[in-house]
Amino acid sequence: MKTVSTLLDAEWRERYRRISSLNIRSSIYDLTNRCNLRCKGCFFFSSGEHHVQEEMDIRRWEAFIDREKIRGVNLAILIGGEPTLCMDRLEAFYRRVPTYCATNGLIKVPRDRFPDMMVGISLWGGGEDEKILRGRDTFAVSSKNYEGDPCAYYLYTLTPRQVGKTEPVIRRIRDAGLKVHLQLLSNDEGVDGFSWRPEELSDLRFELDEMLDHYPRTVISCRYYHEIITTGLMQGRRFGWRECPSVTESLDHRQPPVRRLIHFYRWAADLQTVHRCCTSATRDCSTCKDGAAHMSWVMVNKRDHMNATRDLHNWIEVYEMFAKLYKFIPW
Amino acid sequence: MPVNIELKAIHRRVAEIIIDELKLEDVTPDTFNPEMDLVDELGIDSMDLATIALVLQDEYKIVIDEDDYPRLKTVRLICEYIEDKIATRH
Repeated sequence: MKTVSTLLDAEWRERYRRISSLNIRSSIYDLTNRCNLRCKGCFFFSSGEHHVQEEMDIRRWEAFIDREKIRGVNLAILIGGEPTLCMDRLEAFYRRVPTYCATNGLIKVPRDRFPDMMVGISLWGGGEDEKILRGRDTFAVSSKNYEGDPCAYYLYTLTPRQVGKTEPVIRRIRDAGLKVHLQLLSNDEGVDGFSWRPEELSDLRFELDEMLDHYPRTVISCRYYHEIITTGLMQGRRFGWRECPSVTESLDHRQPPVRRLIHFYRWAADLQTVHRCCTSATRDCSTCKDGAAHMSWVMVNKRDHMNATRDLHNWIEVYEMFAKLYKFIPW
Repeated sequence: MPVNIELKAIHRRVAEIIIDELKLEDVTPDTFNPEMDLVDELGIDSMDLATIALVLQDEYKIVIDEDDYPRLKTVRLICEYIEDKIATRH
């Protein structure tokens, strides 16, 4: 029988034990329906998920978060809209539960109020792509706001136009004293020239591996993750609705049951509506490139990675990457 | 003596359920080490445990609270837990 001891040496066993006890229970919260950008390809607005009445009473937010904590949530992932437009709600989460804030970085999270909250700053490519997709080059502002911040990193969403051009972007991030995690654009709004072709994904995979080799202290990633997000394949299975683990629990009626994130919900800003999954209900799951969903897909399928030592190493590296990005273990 | 026989039967059945649910190879209920840490050694996660708990609940007509999952670390501990539950049921 294959066990952790038969597959791993002492060093890897220690790494495995460090993460196997974490028991992460995440959920996602739309903190607000408002944003200070309107990016092409942003699923939140393209799918109409902002059409709910936003809860404005901070006491109701506080009571809601307390209930979520009782429900077992130990990682609140705050998205939006732009969460930094609502600092009081952000603080309500931060004071109660381990919190991660996804932001475009245009407004600085004040570190005197949020000294160690992990912040993920969205970046959609180099300056030109940012202007096309987001209307402005956000890096110029966000890199000044967060320069050298040990609890912030860039979430660099790669587009097909970025293939062959990632190095200067990653170097600028390194020079700003920040780290970067990489994911792929799903192009929900079908912007011309931003949909992936198989050969582009294949080229990108090797480019991502190279970036990891060249900037190991800056790029928070691993080769197996690159393989999974560029091929959509894991252990011979293809990512899609029948495989995705990041579906809101109360809306998940798939049969036979799918391996999934336990008690995962994605809540709208009215604190009553739930969305189907961590991205958009209008997205075709077979083309979804969501990085967190793909990471989670690996993480919930641990025993499928217990057939060989290399597989279990891959699983551990993906889990460690997730745990670093959400501050469960140090960089 | 009947208690011991009962406990042995529970051990065997719990091991059998784990082997079936996890589709384990190269192990039988008789060779399954009751002290093996199911998380640290066998690599089961909370979803596996939830699946196993459902089968055990049906089999022994007990309720296994999700908060108790962290206690169910080995076959021996699961058996003791089931015994306790059966005893309190009576």
